[in-house]
Amino acid sequence: MLCRLRVNGETRDCAVVPHTTLLEALRYALGLTGSKQGCDKGDCGACTVVIDGESALSCISIALACEGRDIVTIEGLARNGIPHPLQDALDVTGGAQCGFCTPGILMSAWALLERNPRPSRDEIALALSGNLCRCTGYTKIIDAVELAASQSAERP
Amino acid sequence: MKAPRNNEPPPKGDAPRKRDAPQAESTATGMKVPGGRDMPREDRLKPPQWPGGRAQPPGASFHVIGRRNRKIEGLAKVTGRAIYADDIALPRMLHAKLKRSIHAHARIVRIDAREALAMPGVHAVITGRDLPEYFGIIPWTQDEQALCETKARYVGDAIAAVAADSEWLAEEALKRIHVEYEPLPAITCIDEALEHPEWRVNEKSSEGNLSKHVHLEFGDVDGELAGSDAVVGGDYWYEGSTHAPIEPHCCVADFDATGFLTLYSSTQVAHYLHRDLAKVLGVKAQRIRVIQPVVGGAFGGKSEPFSLEFCAAKLSMQTGRPVKILYTREEVFYAHRGRHPMRLCYRTGIRRDGTLTGVDARIAIDGGAYSSFGLVTTYYSGQLLTAPYRMSAYRFDSTRVFTNKPCCGPKRGHGSVQPRFAFECQIDKLAEVIGMDPIEVRRRNSIGEHTRTVNGMRITSNGFAECLDEVERASDWKRKFRRLPYGRGVGVAGSMYISGTNYCIYPNEMPQSGVQLKLDRSGRATVFCGASDIGQGVDSVLAMIVAEELGLDLGDIRVVAADTDLTPVDLGSYSSRETFMVGNACLDAARKLREQVAGTLAARWGCAASEITLAGGVACSVRDPERECMSVREAFQATEARHGTLGSVGWYQSPKLGGDYRGGTIGASPAYSFTAHVAEVECDPETGFVRVSNIWVAHDCGRALSPVAVEGQMEGSAYMGFAEAMFEQHVFKPAAVHHGPGLHDGPSLLDYRIPTSLDTPDLVSLIVESVDPEGPYGAKEAGEGPLHPSVPAIANAIHDALGIRCDRLPFHPPRVLSLLRAGDARAAWEKARGRVATAPVAGVGGSGAGRSGAGRSGAGAC
Repeated sequence: MLCRLRVNGETRDCAVVPHTTLLEALRYALGLTGSKQGCDKGDCGACTVVIDGESALSCISIALACEGRDIVTIEGLARNGIPHPLQDALDVTGGAQCGFCTPGILMSAWALLERNPRPSRDEIALALSGNLCRCTGYTKIIDAVELAASQSAERP
Repeated sequence: MKAPRNNEPPPKGDAPRKRDAPQAESTATGMKVPGGRDMPREDRLKPPQWPGGRAQPPGASFHVIGRRNRKIEGLAKVTGRAIYADDIALPRMLHAKLKRSIHAHARIVRIDAREALAMPGVHAVITGRDLPEYFGIIPWTQDEQALCETKARYVGDAIAAVAADSEWLAEEALKRIHVEYEPLPAITCIDEALEHPEWRVNEKSSEGNLSKHVHLEFGDVDGELAGSDAVVGGDYWYEGSTHAPIEPHCCVADFDATGFLTLYSSTQVAHYLHRDLAKVLGVKAQRIRVIQPVVGGAFGGKSEPFSLEFCAAKLSMQTGRPVKILYTREEVFYAHRGRHPMRLCYRTGIRRDGTLTGVDARIAIDGGAYSSFGLVTTYYSGQLLTAPYRMSAYRFDSTRVFTNKPCCGPKRGHGSVQPRFAFECQIDKLAEVIGMDPIEVRRRNSIGEHTRTVNGMRITSNGFAECLDEVERASDWKRKFRRLPYGRGVGVAGSMYISGTNYCIYPNEMPQSGVQLKLDRSGRATVFCGASDIGQGVDSVLAMIVAEELGLDLGDIRVVAADTDLTPVDLGSYSSRETFMVGNACLDAARKLREQVAGTLAARWGCAASEITLAGGVACSVRDPERECMSVREAFQATEARHGTLGSVGWYQSPKLGGDYRGGTIGASPAYSFTAHVAEVECDPETGFVRVSNIWVAHDCGRALSPVAVEGQMEGSAYMGFAEAMFEQHVFKPAAVHHGPGLHDGPSLLDYRIPTSLDTPDLVSLIVESVDPEGPYGAKEAGEGPLHPSVPAIANAIHDALGIRCDRLPFHPPRVLSLLRAGDARAAWEKARGRVATAPVAGVGGSGAGRSGAGRSGAGAC
């Protein structure tokens, strides 16, 4: 079946079967391999993308059900090759070790900052609680989100 | 008690050899080795010296090393551009799946794959007969087959593999592979393994279900215990846990028409995988290339070959097409190789002045169905306990058994996390008995630097005392310990760990790590190295060393790593060896080129080579940096004009170390790291719920080449230890109406609880830099050591809070509640406070007789 998805501002067509997940469509049909598969059942958050402004688990979202919705993936955060301040902050603080949970973490954090530009540490921890990271102990990830939030607040 | 038994040939390092330092009297396994706590001053070892000196003196100034640099691959990871194994898709690629046993123990009577093979889109099915060759990471215990040929030994053991056009089709085809089983009695625990040697789990064992037994004794343990002012005995249970990297195992095999195999795999040991592929597939090693893409976490869980790699390769050979295998999360739980469950019994003596005396340990280890690293695990369970505290006599008796469960292996802190938990709880109990602050007991027994442990391990740099000072200060220990209200408490623990092992897993005389370095006339350097970056940042360490030595920006350095075609061998990412060994190899290569560059400029400017500085992209003389100055690029060109094409090789091989007895090299390392933790807890005595609010981690990593990465390792380690203490249980269901024994209790990331951002305590990392004489710029490990004290520090904190001793993991509400109800916790809590108030102690109880569990012996009865 044909599936028409709007991803990172572009309209893309791909062939799917009814049970193709959004994650499978992104990774295997559209070549957007930045979103990761860690569990394939909605437990780990590595596949997190943002759909209509809300973070969502693409591994338990059906691709066809996402037609007509606005999907943002990790590939859509950087603009014109320049990393988003969140991406930059995560790199500076060392919040990405193996990097496998990182795309999902960034999408959850981005969705948070879009609706709450100055979150507290507790609010950040809550927003990231659906994204499992096995490397960092979360400390440097939360540092990064705080850093990015403070930097964007400084900008006019 | 079982007799000492060693059924494997001795590792290479065990052969008699000339030593560079006096040793304890040699002995065979199972005999006593003279020990002695009061090492005379003259026996203190001289700090080792490298020719030229690798370590810089403390306070040396650096341009790149020690700064808060970004990782070289960091931006690729945060932008989603990093390529992991499952991101690789090759033209005409097939997908394969493994058929797995539904029985914990069963003979395979018949496999009928005709129906699967008849499906359109199914290309090949292989079974154990196609890959009969045995393999195993340790050369003396090769007891695994890629696919079980005659018998399945745990639920999930791989039996057949099918390649099809899609992953979904391969899964469907699995249902059409029919296996006839003859179920056998299943061994589900240590006691059953010992009680029923006739139910053989693993036929490669030479006796019953015994995987390995080690008995070593150093000094007069019984005499020391008898002469102690107090002896405490304790029984402990360390629950199994698994690595749970967020990236599942994945590989892509591509066997081409010329008979050449390329395998991309999420492994942390590309070199060992290369060797085992050649052995199992019967393909010459020089016709195999193993490439490690970016790896999404490993923690020891990808440190040996797995079924998927052999099966993908074999299916690619049969079909002539690339084949991918991606494990499901459930399969990752069954692939396992994680933390061994251990039952540990300790008796430990102390004098009233706080001096530790004798230590007696009996350890029973549940190994699962295969050996994996088990031979080493069994040794490590005893050999790595002998620092950071001096002990006058030490004995351990460790027995690893086979059971019908997924095989255990090396998880971060391999083999030594479990005994460390028990022993640090023992120290806490001893401190309470003699009425001394537990930090003070640890401080008084700190073994110090440049010395030798009771089991003959050479200790060089040692920052343990400073680690204790740091956590004591940062946690505000003196104001909190035994002073917080009921329900709140703090606990302390210490540990040490290796910076790589002294010997390769297979005996050879070749370097443990090699580096090739190429300088380009554009002003660029490329490092080629077999090192395995699994997120800890070793690729960046390589780049930083080259940048430091040759005056380059980090962005001007490319690292080509873990590709057996392109890179010289490094043994891989295990035993916390990378920074120390790869770093030294890289420093060796970089300094050779630096010498050429500096020599060229010195000749041009008529000064000494030592007067040449390379930093920040500029080469100049210190004598006249204004005039005698050029870019590093120009310096490379001048050097190339003088010496020809620029390249160098560097390598590292550790000095011969270890105790001069059978097994004495296992646990020997060129340097040891040291750690101390303080944990703070808030407990609810009504519900048994324990919240760990803070962990302060002080870690002596020698010199922190990359402080950001070191902190990341410390925080990640403390988190993982916390997770084992509070949440994780890699356990299996008993038989029920609808299934036999051996099903995983919850093989998903929802049921197997790993902590989220809301569960994790505040982690404070405090770097201590002892500057090791042999490490690159003085660096030691940071990846595994900082995990060890998490668990006992939390256990000790719970005691401070509630007056109960959590001697079994995990410390979840049911456990804590049952302990609270079992005795008068409040009275114990009041008593513990009284003890500190009355210190120093007089007339402490006990005179050598062990208490709880102390008199029981034998791994089986322990």
